[in-house]
Amino acid sequence: MAETQDSYSFRIFVTGESLRSQRAAANLRSLCAAALGDGFEIEVVDVLERPELAESERIIATPTVLRLSPPPSRRVVGDLSDFDLAAAALGLVQPEAPANLGGPS
Amino acid sequence: MSDVFQPAPKLETGIAGLDQITFGGLPRGRTTLVSGTTGTGKTLLATEFLARGIQRHDEPGVFITFEERPEDIRRNAASLGLDIAAWEAAGMWAFVDASDAGPESEEIVGGYDFGGLMARVGHAVTGICAKRLSFDSLGAVFSRFADAGVVRSELKRVVGGLRDLEVTSLLTAERTEEYGAISRFSIEEFVADNVVLLRNVLEQERRRRTVEILKLRGAPHRAGEWLFAIDARQGLVVLPLSTIGAGTPASSERVTTGIPELDEMCGGGFYKDAVAFVSGPTGVGKTLLATHFVAAGVAAGERCVLFSFEESREQLVRNASSWGLDLEAMEATGSLMLRCESPELASLEHHFLSVEQAIEDYRPMRLAVDNLSALERVATVRGIRDVVIGLGSYVKQHEVTTLFTATSGFVGGSSVTEAHLSVLTDSILLLRYAEVAGEMRRSVTVVKMRGSRHDHAIREFTIDDHGMHIGDPLRGASGVLFPSELKGR
Repeated sequence: MAETQDSYSFRIFVTGESLRSQRAAANLRSLCAAALGDGFEIEVVDVLERPELAESERIIATPTVLRLSPPPSRRVVGDLSDFDLAAAALGLVQPEAPANLGGPS
Repeated sequence: MSDVFQPAPKLETGIAGLDQITFGGLPRGRTTLVSGTTGTGKTLLATEFLARGIQRHDEPGVFITFEERPEDIRRNAASLGLDIAAWEAAGMWAFVDASDAGPESEEIVGGYDFGGLMARVGHAVTGICAKRLSFDSLGAVFSRFADAGVVRSELKRVVGGLRDLEVTSLLTAERTEEYGAISRFSIEEFVADNVVLLRNVLEQERRRRTVEILKLRGAPHRAGEWLFAIDARQGLVVLPLSTIGAGTPASSERVTTGIPELDEMCGGGFYKDAVAFVSGPTGVGKTLLATHFVAAGVAAGERCVLFSFEESREQLVRNASSWGLDLEAMEATGSLMLRCESPELASLEHHFLSVEQAIEDYRPMRLAVDNLSALERVATVRGIRDVVIGLGSYVKQHEVTTLFTATSGFVGGSSVTEAHLSVLTDSILLLRYAEVAGEMRRSVTVVKMRGSRHDHAIREFTIDDHGMHIGDPLRGASGVLFPSELKGR
């Protein structure tokens, strides 16, 4: 890892206590733990409790993950059930790593 | 499902004409789909639906935009005199901005729902106690999220959520052709109770914008396509405004035609709420008759409007003075409004609105429109027919005695429009050239005078520097009413 480990910060928008929401948050945590160890922060936002934050971030779908830092910022929609795709979409894999990108496309 | 065929109470949109063709507005607390090809005015209708709610009914509204950015909608509305920003500040209008999500890309990995959108909509609606909601457009959601199956089921949930919020909603969707499937992605299947179609059709090189109520939750509505215009003052206006007004009052009061002999021929003049048609070939004296008609009104101290689609102001004033009628002096008394408009400068719908607005602003007792046939240069026969019927019913409701002129063939003879127009008109006067003993004469005939006896004679008239003079029946002439060139048709 070239970057400072503690600079990773994510916000995940979910709807209430739904199964999909819980699954998405759990998937994000395990993805980060695998790629970053302890160096990350995840804020879980329930759109039902904080709709104004959903409005200012223009969230339509839940779950939606925002990578707040490091730049570039990214948005990923979905429950992240495909780990390889999710890691790539969130920028958690190094470009030089010959990861198996032959997944469903 | 037991209430499906129970017509829901309506919510007046406040959009001119739309409430008439829907018999009172859109079903309250329900969703109505507005479908149309690009450029048909869907976003404008969605905007006006909220704007009129605020202006006329004090009902706050939420605008969900998936297409244009809020700043674009504000700017377009401002050009129609609608100040959305002020309404936002006053808590009467709220945007849910779902237009394209900014610079960063959005990827999709795994299952999702529209919980975020629903939470925002709920928040916006309860935040300002919205009674109305516009969603523009459902089709744009499909292009943002690739999986049509998921989008469909999620939108269905969103639409269900709108009903729970008890807002009356207008949802827009795209069509790919004017006369084909109702919408792309078959959106109507899940908001199917009420469907309105907007069209923008090129017909005989003329563009026609129309609105059609396809279904309205089983409730009665006016069938067919209705013209609409986008007017700088009134915004979106569905025409004809007033075909569906209250029953027209029948007046028994008579007013002068402007020519004493013609009054006699008509059995005492036109009825006060009459619509009269004057038909005749070019140069026979139609404009003269129209000028006499308004001059008589002005002389009696009545306010009159003379609309000319044929001649410029200078021509009209000069011609009138050669008949001893001083239009400028009449204007100076404040009793005459003279409006000369070139047909080519605006669409038929706008001409119609400009006549209506003249009536609204000036409140005349008489109106003369010279000459309807000139409008054929910018409109189709069907369009003119719609507009004349609409205008005729409008002037009747306002008890404005009205005289339309048209070039022969328009009302007389076997013209397509005749059947429709004669239903509406109360009086038809024919001015014709007649050949008598090698000489060209002019004749006038009253062919129709609703609810009254009239003179059936074909009378000769002459024109001099004191105007029009009607004389004795023209004897020895034939083929006057139906000239030989028309007979063969």
